[in-house]
Amino acid sequence: MTMRVHVKVRRFDPDTDQSPWWSEHDLDAEPSDRVLDVLNKIKWEQDGKLAYRRSCAHGICGSDAMRINGMNYLACKVLVKDLGSNITVEPLLGLPVIKDLIVDMELFFEHYRSIMPYLVNNDPVPTKERLQSPEEHERYDDTTKCILCAACTTSCPSFWATGDYLGPSAIVQAHRFIFDSRDQAAADRLDILNQSSGVWRCRTIYNCTSACPKEIKVTKAIGEVKKALLFNRF
Amino acid sequence: MAAASDGTLLQGLRYKGREGQWSWLLHRVAGLGVLLFLVLHIFDIFLIGFGRTTFEELLFLYHSPLGRLFEVFLIFAVLFHAVNGLRIIILDFWPGLMEHQQRLVWVEVVVFLIIFLPVAVITLSPIFTGA
Repeated sequence: MTMRVHVKVRRFDPDTDQSPWWSEHDLDAEPSDRVLDVLNKIKWEQDGKLAYRRSCAHGICGSDAMRINGMNYLACKVLVKDLGSNITVEPLLGLPVIKDLIVDMELFFEHYRSIMPYLVNNDPVPTKERLQSPEEHERYDDTTKCILCAACTTSCPSFWATGDYLGPSAIVQAHRFIFDSRDQAAADRLDILNQSSGVWRCRTIYNCTSACPKEIKVTKAIGEVKKALLFNRF
Repeated sequence: MAAASDGTLLQGLRYKGREGQWSWLLHRVAGLGVLLFLVLHIFDIFLIGFGRTTFEELLFLYHSPLGRLFEVFLIFAVLFHAVNGLRIIILDFWPGLMEHQQRLVWVEVVVFLIIFLPVAVITLSPIFTGA
């Protein structure tokens, strides 16, 4: 059954606007429509100037993270029926807005690159795979699911306070390699995360865990990194 | 990067975080409250320099109904900051418990109330009994 929805979108165009403003739209939507479908409808049928990122539209690429009804989600994963008839859409908080719902992700990716998000292993390259037991893989399996959408980092009050903080996502990525039995750079990564911009800025608030569209236990992963640093065990 | 001047602070307060966000915010406010009391406390102890009588005469402020209400707020702040801090410490040392973090907040609330309510009643009762 089609439902009538009222959508408020926080807009900002640096070329024409002094400050952000709200555009309001009334339209019909199916309860099973996703917020991304609603945004597409607005862009295609009502206001072609509306700007937002989307790519795969199936919760894999992580392009369309945004604040929906006050909380970070992927627009392609939230259904209209779970939000009701009033929907508010805003850009991610803590990153500069480029236009409307598009934020500048450069700082986010800078933090990502800083934790060496790649396998470091200086042993001679084996002729076959580098083997790992299922138990060894299980140790970091949860943090392999990150799609770099920034929903966690931009839900974190510590990151809002200072963009110097590497943020939950970068720590999750570091966790993925620190606890990988094949990797040899855990000490280097822990050293980076032990700086004032690292894990100790985490205040165990859990917004990141609630925001993660892949249901990664983000705060737990950060806690494990803190413990690895404290006891020098990983 | 993100600064209060661009509205991040106000927008942050509108963010729909759950128990973790609100207990963190209250933790900060309570911590600030305790710090402010400390300043006041240093000042009232300083008054003893003017002699015992001056000091004791001013103690009526703490015994007044408003003073007692203030003390209840102080107890609230100290106790909440302590109990919430313990919850965070427990979670930091046992990350495995983080999966139950929402339930732990409610355990914290119960522990807090068990201690806070009787102490608040004892502190406020002289206002009503006139003791």
